[in-house]
Amino acid sequence: MSTHVETPAARTIPRPTAERRRFTHSRFYRKTLVPWLFVLPILLINVAVVFGPALASVYYSMTDWSGVGSSKFTGLDNYRQLFFHDHAFRHAFRNNVIWLLMFLTVPILMALAAAGLLAPIRRGAIFFRLTLFLPYVLPSVVIAFVWRSLMNPDRGLGARLHDWGIHGLDKAFLGDTKTVLPAIGFVDNWHWWGFLMVLFLASMQNIPPDLYEAARLDGASRFQEFRDVTLPGIRPTLVFMIMMTSIWSFLTFDYIWILTQGGPAGASEVLSVLVYKNAFQRFEAGYAAAIGLTMSVLVGVVISIFIVLRKRGWEI
Amino acid sequence: MSATTPQRRLPGLGRKREASLLPNYVVLGLLVVFAIGPIVILAFNSVKSRAEIGHDSLGFPRAFHWDNFTRAWDVGNFSTTVRNSGILVALTLAGVLVLGGMAAYSLAKLQLPGSGVVMLYLLVGSSLPLQLFLVPLFFLWQRLHLVNNLFGLAIIYIAINAPLAIFLLRSYMVQLPTDFEDAARVDGAGEWRIFTGIVVPLSWPGFLTVGLVVALSVWNEFLLATVFLTKQELFTVVTSYYNFQTRFSRDWALTSAAAIMMILPIIAIFLILQRRFIDGLTQGGLKG
Repeated sequence: MSTHVETPAARTIPRPTAERRRFTHSRFYRKTLVPWLFVLPILLINVAVVFGPALASVYYSMTDWSGVGSSKFTGLDNYRQLFFHDHAFRHAFRNNVIWLLMFLTVPILMALAAAGLLAPIRRGAIFFRLTLFLPYVLPSVVIAFVWRSLMNPDRGLGARLHDWGIHGLDKAFLGDTKTVLPAIGFVDNWHWWGFLMVLFLASMQNIPPDLYEAARLDGASRFQEFRDVTLPGIRPTLVFMIMMTSIWSFLTFDYIWILTQGGPAGASEVLSVLVYKNAFQRFEAGYAAAIGLTMSVLVGVVISIFIVLRKRGWEI
Repeated sequence: MSATTPQRRLPGLGRKREASLLPNYVVLGLLVVFAIGPIVILAFNSVKSRAEIGHDSLGFPRAFHWDNFTRAWDVGNFSTTVRNSGILVALTLAGVLVLGGMAAYSLAKLQLPGSGVVMLYLLVGSSLPLQLFLVPLFFLWQRLHLVNNLFGLAIIYIAINAPLAIFLLRSYMVQLPTDFEDAARVDGAGEWRIFTGIVVPLSWPGFLTVGLVVALSVWNEFLLATVFLTKQELFTVVTSYYNFQTRFSRDWALTSAAAIMMILPIIAIFLILQRRFIDGLTQGGLKG
C-alpha cells in the first residue's frame, strides 16, 4: 500500500501568553500529561462498559439479584446450584463441548483443503477468494433465514431432492432434538469456513517457494508436499485459529438464538443462551452472572493451556 | 498478511502443471456453488409471487414481481430501521476513529509513560467475553437511562471495538516516517495539531480499513442490539428483520425481498473495496 506523502498545509500558529507557554513547555506537560490526555477518553469509556461491569459481575455472581432493586449476598450458593443441581447447565456445557468438537474439525478441514487447492491456482484466484469469503460478511439473521428456508422439509432443498429420488434429507433437522445442534452448526459453519480459508491461504502464500522446489526435487507427491511443507509452514496460523475456535466455542450465541432460541425442549441450549434466559427472561441476574463468570473461566483455561504449551517449547 | 505484500505464487506453473490443476478447479467450483448458491436462490425468491414460491422455492423466477421490494420496505419499516442502524454506525465510527485514533497516536508516537500497562489492559479487555459484563452493564445502563437509547448502545460499541482499532492503527502509525512531525514540533506545533494535520492524513488507509471493519460489525451486530433496544421504533435493520421474519414466516417472497435489501449494500461495498475489506477482517481475526 503506497502512501501519498503530502506536506501539511502550513498554518499560522497562535502565540500563547508567556505564562501559559512556561507550562506548555514543561517536561511534565509534554511527556506525561499530553500523552495521557490522548488515551484517557477511550480508556474511561472502556472501563465504564467492560472492566467495571466485569468486576461487578464477580460480586453479583455471589448474590440473589433480580436485576432491579437491591441484591442479597448469598456466597457461593449460585455456584453450588450451578455445578451440582442444575441439569440445564450440565446439558448446555455438554452442547458447548460438542460445538467445540464440530468446529475444531469440519471448518478447519474444509478450509485447509480449499486453501491447499487454491494456493497453486493463478487464473481465477481472486474470484474464488472473493466468493468463498462472501458469506462471512452477511448478517446472521439473513443467513439463518436463508438456511431455515432451505432446510424446510416441505419446500426446501430436501423436498426437491426427494422428488428427484434422493431420500432422507427432507427432514425437519432444526425441529428434532437429535439433529438440531449439528444443523445449527452447519449453518454457522457455512458463513465461517470461508473466512478461515482466506486466513490459511494468506499464510500459505508466505511459505518460501524454494521449499516446494526442494520437495519436488525429492520426488514428493502432492500429498507429501502438503503434509511436510504446507502444514508446518502455516502452523502458527493454524494453532492460533485452533485456540480462537476453542474460545469462541464456549461463547457462541447468535446462530443458536436466532434459529431455535435453545429449543426444541432445550436441546440446543448452550451457556450463553442460559445467561440470556436467566438475566432477561427469568430475572435471575445474579445466577446469570455466575454462568457468565464460569464461561470466562473456561476461556481463561483455554488461553492458559496454550500459554503453558508455548512455555513448554511448542512453537505456537 | 498485509496489503503491502504482493501475493507470492508457487513455482512450476508451466502448461503441464496448469492442466493438472483441473481437479482443483472442479472442487473449488463445487465449493463456490455451496457458498453462493443460497444467496442466488434468495435473490430468485425475492422477485417471485407468493403463489409461485409455494410450489417452487428454488428455481429461476417465471415473472419478476419487483413490488415485493416496495412492500417489504413499507411493512418492514425500513425507513426507520435503516436510519437507526445508520446512526449507530456513524456514532460508533466517530467514537472509534477519533478516540481510538488519539489513543493509537499516543501509543505509537508520544512515548506514553506506562504504555505497556495500557496495551496489556486493552489486550485483556478485548478478550473478556461479552457474557461476563453483559448483565451488570445492562442494569447499569438501565439506571443511567441509556437503554432504548441509540447513543447508549453506540457507547458500548465504541468501547468494544476500540481495542482492535487501536492495535491496528498503532501498528500503522508506528511505520510512518517521523520527519514531518519533527519539523512541525520544531515549529512549535502542538500535539493535537500534529495528530490532526499530519498523522491522520498520512494514515488514512489504516483508518479506512478500521472503519470498514467496525462499520460492518456494528451494522450486523445482533446480541447487544436485541438486549439494549427493545422499543420497535429503535430497532436496527438486523433486530427488526429478526422480528419481521417471525411475523411473516409464511411469506417467503416478502422476507426474501427484505433480506436482499439488507445484504445488497454490504455486498456492493464488499465488492468495491474487496481487498481492504478482506485484509482488515483477517487482520482482525488474527489479532483476536
